[in-house]
Amino acid sequence: MSVEAAALTNRISGADIGMGEVLTGAETLLRCLILEQVEYVFGYPGGAVLPIYDSLYSSRLKHILTRHEQGAIHAADGYARATGKPGVVIATSGPGATNLVTGIATAQMDSIPLVCITGNVAQHLIGSDAFQEANITGITLPITKHNYMVRDIRDLPRIVKEAFYIATTGRPGPVLIDIPKDVSNAKAPFYYPEKVEIRGYVPTRVPSDEDIEKFLQVIQAAKKPVILAGGGVIAANADSELLAFAEKTRIPVINTFMGLGGFPGDHELALNMPGMHGSYAANQALLNADCVIGMGARFDDRITMGRTKEFAPHAKIVHIDIDPAELGKNVATMLPIAGDVKSTLRKVLPLAQACDTAEWLAQLKAWQEAYPYRYKKVEGELKPQEVIEMLYETTQGDAIITTDVGQHQMWVAQYYKFKRTRSLISSGGLGTMGFGFPAAIGAQLAHPGRTVIAVVGDGGFQMTNQELAILHQYNVPVKVVILNNKCLGMVRQWQELFYDNRYSQVDLSNSPDFVKLAEAYGVKGMRATTPAEAREVWKEALAYDGPVVIDFQVTEEENVYPMVAAGNTLDQMVMGDE
Amino acid sequence: MERHTIAVLVNDVPGVLTRVANLFGQRGFNIDSITVGASEEAGLSRMIITTGGDERQLDQLIKQLNKLIDVISVTHLSKDPMVSRELALIKVDATPSQLVELNGIVEPFRASIVDIGPNSLIVQVTGDSDKIDALLVLLQPYGIRELTRTGCIAMARSIVPAAAAV
Ligand SMILES: Cc1ncc(C[n+]2csc(CCOP(=O)(O)OP(=O)(O)O)c2C)c(N)n1
Repeated sequence: MSVEAAALTNRISGADIGMGEVLTGAETLLRCLILEQVEYVFGYPGGAVLPIYDSLYSSRLKHILTRHEQGAIHAADGYARATGKPGVVIATSGPGATNLVTGIATAQMDSIPLVCITGNVAQHLIGSDAFQEANITGITLPITKHNYMVRDIRDLPRIVKEAFYIATTGRPGPVLIDIPKDVSNAKAPFYYPEKVEIRGYVPTRVPSDEDIEKFLQVIQAAKKPVILAGGGVIAANADSELLAFAEKTRIPVINTFMGLGGFPGDHELALNMPGMHGSYAANQALLNADCVIGMGARFDDRITMGRTKEFAPHAKIVHIDIDPAELGKNVATMLPIAGDVKSTLRKVLPLAQACDTAEWLAQLKAWQEAYPYRYKKVEGELKPQEVIEMLYETTQGDAIITTDVGQHQMWVAQYYKFKRTRSLISSGGLGTMGFGFPAAIGAQLAHPGRTVIAVVGDGGFQMTNQELAILHQYNVPVKVVILNNKCLGMVRQWQELFYDNRYSQVDLSNSPDFVKLAEAYGVKGMRATTPAEAREVWKEALAYDGPVVIDFQVTEEENVYPMVAAGNTLDQMVMGDE
Repeated sequence: MERHTIAVLVNDVPGVLTRVANLFGQRGFNIDSITVGASEEAGLSRMIITTGGDERQLDQLIKQLNKLIDVISVTHLSKDPMVSRELALIKVDATPSQLVELNGIVEPFRASIVDIGPNSLIVQVTGDSDKIDALLVLLQPYGIRELTRTGCIAMARSIVPAAAAV
């Protein structure tokens, strides 16, 4: 049901959403959320949002009380990434609001639609350094797509409507609405606007026929073309169009980290991830391509290594992006196309023809076979890569996997072949430790029937593990897979490789017993230290109808390879142990 | 580094100047001057910003400004003929006896002396930046006690010669 239809139904039925009814600001807000089809709200109460929480008491919205506002916003973010619908979070003023900051920046970097609602002190106190006052609109100015402070209850419905519109259209992103307490308490007749009109905001862009014509010419002339498919493919729900386009044109697909799942990882045209920890074949493809088609990918420095002039040195670069500011921002493009991936591909598809790529595909296949991702197995020792391979085998690429940040994140990207869109949920742009576990909660609530696995490091998990309480309280059956290497693995790897083995402040051997920690929260805890145990324990965990935390005690000094050191170019790949 | 003048039409709402200024800081662009005032339409303000950078940087700056929700439009004024003006007040060390001499300097600039004290006087001048700079050079020998300049305001010329219109 569309928002307009919902509004209409509610008006006609005279149910509990009546237009013109006198409501408080808090009630107004919640009615707007219902009209926006919000299902879950993640949040934490406090003085400045008490009116809102009082109204929630009798609302049909489902509220999830996390144990930290950071947990709430990452959960909302996980919900948004898993569904494409905006995540909603509520926090109180001051410290509640500032606890959202990391999550807002995380969503902004990965273009995730969020609507963040914060309370503020009453307007007559604003600017007086009142108790729990923080200038949250000022603080979040550089990390939101837009933000608002509501100064008059009569503006509130329009602002909420605009916030959802801005968060979800064009290049999606987080929008924050700060509501002073006097506005929450004020009363006014409720009217919800039918339409949004924001002058100067142009969210939809469909490329011109001329652009499409040029695009077709470029790919038809190419002998070694490659698609670089980014998070924009997923944001635009363009996975089926991409699949059709790649199959029709026979152009191979490299998925950026954010793009994993946007194209089936087990497809014959799939080349996995490029860049710092990318596959040999993907990096060779970029180095040798005569045409790179960026689709919703921003040529981030984990791919170009910041050496943008030496990136894809023989290629004509075509760049399709919904955000015109991305075109030409990082790399010089031959053909910039402002448009979302879905509508662009829809225009191109009927006109596209097969390219003559047989030789190129054979070359890529040879590279893939000669240099697969690999690691050394050691008898009786549990390798972290092995755990990820096991997750892949047992779920067949169908699970939703969320990750934290570090080595385990890269191993997930390498060894799990994502088949479905929106099935890898990870903080790519900001690289936020503590993200993966709460994000899994949001993803699982969105998809109660699917297997949701949070793969976390022993470091990152300890940043937000208090949200274990949620698993128990709401019976959210997330499987938490801890790759416990007793250290901050990725930092240790850099210290080994670039700081002469001087392991400064990375030892985590004093972590709590994660099994007991889980049990303390009423969650099933398990442990495995050998490959055989790992298989047994994982089988039981998968079959178990409820949340589980598994402490996989893996090899401590394992590195992520291949690796291109920062500042080097893609042809300077270190292949690693074997 | 090339100098550019751009006009940014924005919603006249609280915090809009902060948003624009913040974008410059965040993206590493430099602001040489910024002036904000009312526009021809109620509810909208116009900012005139002068900045430096090569063509790519300018292109990126304009695109980033366009992303701000409160920005209605961005115009690159200095790519076409434009009229630009700045205002400066210059307090010069001088006694009334030097008035005639100083008048002789400021008059060709169509500047005027707007205040006279026992030891100093104030010159008011409007024009483009170069003109004000030129006058400052001439006034320097007398001793400049205080100087205040507005940023530049600018507008595209009504008639653009065909050759210049790209
Ligand atoms: C909030 C935050 N702080 C610091 C970092 C820097 N950092 C990146 S990876 C990493 C180590 C992660 O260790 P762990 O969670 O145990 O995962 P592992 O690398 O061992 O898989 C650190 C500290 C970060 N990404 N995020």
